[in-house]
Amino acid sequence: MKKSSKVTRFNVWGYIFLIPFFVVFFIFQMIPLVKTIYYSFFERYEDGLIVVGPRFVGLENYATLFSNGDLPKYFANTMIMWVLGFVPQIIVSLLLAAWFSNPSLRLKGQRFFKTVIYLPNLIMASAFAMLFFAMFSDSGPINAMLMQMGILSTPYKYFTHTLSTRLIVALMNFLMWFGNTTILLLSGMLGISTDLFEAAEIDGATGTQIFFKITMPLLKPIFVYVLITSLIGGLQMFDVPQILTNGEGFPDRTSMTLIMYLNKHLFSKNYGMAGALSVILLIITGILSFAVFRMTAKDEVD
Amino acid sequence: MRKRTKQILALGVAAAMAFSMAACGSKTADTSDSGAKTDTEKKDDSSSTEEGKVLNIRVWNDEFMTRVVEQYPGYEKTSDTEGKIGDVTVKWSVEPNDDNNYQNKLDAALKAQDSAAADDKVDIFLVEADYALKYVNADANVAMKLSDLGISSSDLSSQYKYTQQVVSDENGDLRGSTWQICPAGLIYNRAIAKEVIGSDDPADVQAAVKDWDSYYALGKKMKEAGYLVQATPYDTYRVYSNNVSNPWVTDGKVTVDPSIKDWAEKAKAEVDDGECSQDTLWGTNEWNAGFYPATDTANIGKGVFCYFGPAWFFNFSMKGDDEKSIAAQGGWGFTAGPQGHFWGGTWICAAVGSDNPTLDADLIKTMTADKDVMTKIATTYSEAVNNSDVIKELAGSDSGNMKILGGQNPYAEFDAAASKINLSSLGIYDQGCNEEFQNAMKEYFAGNKSYDEALDIFGTAIHEKYPSVELAK
Repeated sequence: MKKSSKVTRFNVWGYIFLIPFFVVFFIFQMIPLVKTIYYSFFERYEDGLIVVGPRFVGLENYATLFSNGDLPKYFANTMIMWVLGFVPQIIVSLLLAAWFSNPSLRLKGQRFFKTVIYLPNLIMASAFAMLFFAMFSDSGPINAMLMQMGILSTPYKYFTHTLSTRLIVALMNFLMWFGNTTILLLSGMLGISTDLFEAAEIDGATGTQIFFKITMPLLKPIFVYVLITSLIGGLQMFDVPQILTNGEGFPDRTSMTLIMYLNKHLFSKNYGMAGALSVILLIITGILSFAVFRMTAKDEVD
Repeated sequence: MRKRTKQILALGVAAAMAFSMAACGSKTADTSDSGAKTDTEKKDDSSSTEEGKVLNIRVWNDEFMTRVVEQYPGYEKTSDTEGKIGDVTVKWSVEPNDDNNYQNKLDAALKAQDSAAADDKVDIFLVEADYALKYVNADANVAMKLSDLGISSSDLSSQYKYTQQVVSDENGDLRGSTWQICPAGLIYNRAIAKEVIGSDDPADVQAAVKDWDSYYALGKKMKEAGYLVQATPYDTYRVYSNNVSNPWVTDGKVTVDPSIKDWAEKAKAEVDDGECSQDTLWGTNEWNAGFYPATDTANIGKGVFCYFGPAWFFNFSMKGDDEKSIAAQGGWGFTAGPQGHFWGGTWICAAVGSDNPTLDADLIKTMTADKDVMTKIATTYSEAVNNSDVIKELAGSDSGNMKILGGQNPYAEFDAAASKINLSSLGIYDQGCNEEFQNAMKEYFAGNKSYDEALDIFGTAIHEKYPSVELAK
């Protein structure tokens, strides 16, 4: 009797410690979320200093977003740049994690390399973007190097071509995030019991077989987590292309992401359109996460 | 022991969060406090006709502050951002201009003007030409009419007309005033002028660039001689956009003025012919390289012949502080160029709801209409002031000679250029239209898009920026 009352007493403390989180969550997340959805049904923007609206327009904002063709275009841009960056990122991360976690390789200086590959993530995305903008500019070091090596005769204008701009964005995202992914995957791999590896080795499995038959299936929960978080992060891609292209998404808005588009609406404080776009983004994120989650959850049952 | 540490840690975290919450809480408490203060002070106001004790001035840099501190009679500096005029405390609020920051902060303050405590009300704010009309708009009614402040047009009779057009509302009422003029002209490289035109005298150079046909003909000659006539296609944009015959927007429809379209076509021809680079204004490549004697790596051939800009441009933006630059060697000359235009300038507005109208009026009048103060500003800061009498005096004296221009006195050119500017077609959407149009044309110059396709990009961007306007088809 005495014991259980002590437990309840501790439980009360648990709730008390949770209060700050819920208060912060409610004020800074819940209220803005509900307001965003609410505003998405209104026409409301500022024309100079004069506020237009708010006027209830139903689903008109949504209709505009889909009818003028901008939304599918920017969604495609975002996904293309995400895939371009994510595919090399996951391959390199898996490889590195497999190497780091393989006890038979006995890699030296692991701590050093783990730190080094994580370092790009510590640089501010905006500073990183400025750096790449300077490096790939018409008379920047990349062009100078290629010209000196005789590969190019005139400077290549990277930011006037769709593919090169997207690739630079993808490269930056790859460099910034592969260290993070490696460490996540590594922790997943280290969580797999070494008994399994040893048993496989004794049975005569090759390194490739071990990787695909043991490591990958058991890594799945972490792998899915990485995939979903990266997908959500990818959908919200903003800072790198924003700074790199000065908010224009050049050339011809082919590197403009959904959030950059959202940001464009904030110039006129167009909360209606921006709200509608945010709600659509929320739904897309929800659907994608759910789909990926279901796909892998089903596999697990089998 | 371990458990204890954990508990303490958890408590610490919770306390930290609670503290940050409390910080938020106290802020709201503050505002409600000041709200209460308003009420009491309003009562004070009604009991006596005395004006406020604090003059709040909003600026984005220390340009105007320096001039007031050093030239306004009776100003007493107490700290970097505070001072005293008589028994009124002057508070300067400096908000950087970048990324609309100054306007965003100012807008928020003006919106809260009615409910702000008397000592917190905005009294004076500054605006730039690009967005002045947003604030002097009669419907918005945030800047006081000068006539309401007791400043008559005869007080400002020596000012240049264009400086008043910038801050006139739809009904023609003046709602601001400025002490400076920024008439811009063609700033040419003297060495190149000597080689290609045969003389570096402003009058001879002016003859070679007197209109656009002569200018583009000179561009071809420059190319043959191995020079770029201008660094980027955007250098000439301001000259064209200051000389439009129609406003950008009429009845919610955006139309491209023939003059602007002409710019796009002429600039495209220059790009295609290699008479200028594809860099942008303030760019770090070719545009910047033209300020220095040509080198092998610069991509500007043997050099850039000219830039377009006002006095602040050649004084502060052409790298005069770098001894390797052409400016440091006095290698530039100044002439009016093909068409009159201006670039920049700061206007002073008194905020509606200000509790210091008398002082506001005196400050505006002293800084922008008092001939003695303006002469002092002109000589102390070598600035072109908004007073034709002072400018004409300087044009005839040696104190107007400028080292950066190889000793040339540009004041006569300033006077001529400033009197020529006519801004009858200003509108509140100009800044966004000008920016987005140039952005869109980048694709056209690069050869990725046709003019019409680039125009569509402009249409999308402008409707995004200003939801109430659309590109006319």
